[in-house]
Amino acid sequence: MRIAVLSGKGGTGKTFISVNLAATAPASVYIDCDVEEPNGHLFYKPQNVVSERIAVKIPQVDSALCKGCRTCVNFCKFNALAYAVNKVIVFDEVCHSCGGCQLLCPQKAIAEKEKEIGRIERGLSGNVRVVTGMLNVGEASGVPVIKKLLHNSRLEKEDMIIDCPPGSACTVMESIKEADYCILVAEPTIFGVHNLNMVYELVKLFQKPFGVVLNKYLEEDNPAEVFCQKNQINILEKIPFDMELGTLNSNGQIAVRADSKYKSLFQDLWCTVRKEACDETASHT
Amino acid sequence: MKIVIPVDNNSMDTTVCISFGRAPYFLIYETETEEKSFINNSAAASQGGAGIKAAQSIVDSGAEAIITPRCGENAAEVIKAAGIIMYRTINNSIQDNLQALKEGRLTLLDEIHAGFHQRGGNS
Ligand code: SF4
Ligand code: SF4
Repeated sequence: MRIAVLSGKGGTGKTFISVNLAATAPASVYIDCDVEEPNGHLFYKPQNVVSERIAVKIPQVDSALCKGCRTCVNFCKFNALAYAVNKVIVFDEVCHSCGGCQLLCPQKAIAEKEKEIGRIERGLSGNVRVVTGMLNVGEASGVPVIKKLLHNSRLEKEDMIIDCPPGSACTVMESIKEADYCILVAEPTIFGVHNLNMVYELVKLFQKPFGVVLNKYLEEDNPAEVFCQKNQINILEKIPFDMELGTLNSNGQIAVRADSKYKSLFQDLWCTVRKEACDETASHT
Repeated sequence: MKIVIPVDNNSMDTTVCISFGRAPYFLIYETETEEKSFINNSAAASQGGAGIKAAQSIVDSGAEAIITPRCGENAAEVIKAAGIIMYRTINNSIQDNLQALKEGRLTLLDEIHAGFHQRGGNS
């Protein structure tokens, strides 16, 4: 089963929930798709890490062959190409490696060169296989790294927890494409509702079964809870606001491994999510 | 000499636009004839690489100089490759800047900012 964890913005507790959920499952794979700022591995401190470099193809123009027709410049919808003084200029960090310019060049003046944009690290932390995607600073898009991260996800036997990038951009869409179930993490503020609404729209668009975890929960007015009730969204769990958690987090500790209170809380969440996801699969078949 | 200024509107009483790549219009000014025209910056609406696209249309306009408050790294690369001179604006008044150009009081824009790379595309 593949579970994606989302939130409308960073700092909501998305990584906290993903990391602890994966640590609760008997055996699981934690996949950090937040490639611009992967934090999960800081908690897991995985052992025996193996690193794989991820490269994309960038066009390389042979000026001797180029006739300056500008087909390539006009085609590139990412504006990664410019033409000045009889030369095509390629902006590597803007290029999305779609390959279109190479295909269209009537002079066959465009070749491809490889460029490293990031890497994937795989390691072990107890019952969790930790897979982390890392995008090099300044790169335009993390999508190629995420594609690679999830490439063989259908073949995984263990349950997968996918820690998505914050927001609802194309990297998030890529991350949830293959998910069987989505967990939306929400903060108890008006801003939190705005962010929740963003990911709510996204999972609806992708027609994914989902539920909400209310994080930093206090026994007072909770706009995120009201939002869920109004839209008939299933609330999977409420995680109370807790100072102690801040200390655990800043020490890079995993709550379920350090505190039995969290262990039982996340066991409950794990059961709820499994049941929800299975019911969904059953009702769809 | 043909010069270009990023501007907020397509009339001479408008102001210099603080953004280069996202400026709605470019004023094209011919110093000899004092002829003025405006071009639409089609790059303003693009998702990413707006600076590059804007720089491309300025290169294509045949400009020899640009007066702008700022310019991103990528745009600057295109502009430099085309041998176009980049001056820094003294304030947001078009007339003041044209006057300063005439009197040779403009300085070159040398500090180029790293630009706001599209992080995630939606932020
Ligand atoms: S399409 Fe090919 S020939 Fe035309 S400008 Fe681009 S590289 Fe040159
Ligand atoms: S490969 Fe695609 S994105 Fe990259 S420069 Fe060519 S057309 Fe643009």
